Amino acid sequence: MNGPHDLGGQMGFGPVAPEPDEPYFHANWEKRALGITLSCGAFGAWMIDESRHARENVPPGDYLKASYYEIWIRALETLLERHGFATAQEIEAGHKLQEPPRPKRVLTAEMVPGVLARGGPCDRPVATAPRFAAGDRVRTRNFNPETHTRLPRYARGKSGVVEAVQGSFVFADDNAHGRGENPQWVYTVVFDAGEIWGEGADPSLTVSIDAWDSYLERV
Amino acid sequence: MHNHHQDHDHDHDHHHHHDNRYSDMQARVRSLETVLTEKGLIDPAAIDAIVETYETKVGPRNGARVVAKAWSDPGFSDWLKQDATAAIASLGFTGRQGEHMRAVFNTPETHNLVVCTLCSCYPWAVLGLPPVWYKAPAYRSRAVIDPRSVLAEFDVTLPEDTKIRVWDSTAELRYLVVPMRPSGTEGLDEEKLADLVTRDSMIGTGLALAPENAR
Repeated sequence: MNGPHDLGGQMGFGPVAPEPDEPYFHANWEKRALGITLSCGAFGAWMIDESRHARENVPPGDYLKASYYEIWIRALETLLERHGFATAQEIEAGHKLQEPPRPKRVLTAEMVPGVLARGGPCDRPVATAPRFAAGDRVRTRNFNPETHTRLPRYARGKSGVVEAVQGSFVFADDNAHGRGENPQWVYTVVFDAGEIWGEGADPSLTVSIDAWDSYLERV
Repeated sequence: MHNHHQDHDHDHDHHHHHDNRYSDMQARVRSLETVLTEKGLIDPAAIDAIVETYETKVGPRNGARVVAKAWSDPGFSDWLKQDATAAIASLGFTGRQGEHMRAVFNTPETHNLVVCTLCSCYPWAVLGLPPVWYKAPAYRSRAVIDPRSVLAEFDVTLPEDTKIRVWDSTAELRYLVVPMRPSGTEGLDEEKLADLVTRDSMIGTGLALAPENAR
């Protein structure tokens, strides 16, 4: 979707303003937000792609003003409601009002080291050989789906060069919507800044994205 | 003149007025934790364990050890280039948001910079949790179109003829920048070298420290 999250090349956000010796958390609720988000991820009811799409669906005005942990919490509430684990009414009330479905897994303290150390690999085998090789010229497709995609707007309809075949991975655009993992080859594709930004682009700059096979056309 | 910190505070004061449900995040998140705990869906002790992990065990010191080893050991450096996930795992750094690692090496010709324009993808296993600026619109929007102005805000100025390569983490690969080894560090062991490797130098918004500036 062309949501507020797709920020590459937008302007007007002011200086980056790094904070010297920044703490990991700026408030206690951020610690809890991290832990709750990861704990709910352990239910096994949704994967990262669906979480990302829920975050993209935070309304633009709110998304751009919110801290990232706030975006996480807003999206988490959407996911909890969608999958029946908690209702808006319960979150308002601050208490359980109905029995939830039983998740595949409830994360306990003892499980945390193992779960974090394993992570969630999303490489998957595919039966076909990669369509492109390093050095191939390709063009990204131009599309504007209302659904989840990982092809940023700035890199649509652009010519670039495949730099590496990176393996085959769960296809985010499908998996975010429960259409299955449908793994595809992923390639690193490099663009000259001039191809992306046109007049006045920094001639010393190249930008790469990691693109699923179906984002690309041969040129 | 802009005062960055003043701007930041100003933004902070304002962003609490836009939606009453989220005007008090402390209360909102406490409510969520209570509901989920009452339902038996989460374990508050697991949350404590997660927080402790990222406050004390998984942070940029991990990445600094990877870089220091790559500087010291050409065999490891080659392995890191060929199979970063395995090379990094050999030092014990694995797991969440480090499942599929790539290491990109700065050279005198090319400087690498990592961003996630679409969300906040970051190599947690080697760098820990991302700083606020990495997840915020200013960095995510400008890194891909005008990285030199971004670098200037980190007090980094590269020669005009240095090429800049920006890696937008749009899929599940996570990138670790291996900064150039500073001069005057020939005699240093890996432990001392790791002290020169800042978090920002492994994102590409900084350079490794000169030995006299070691922290």
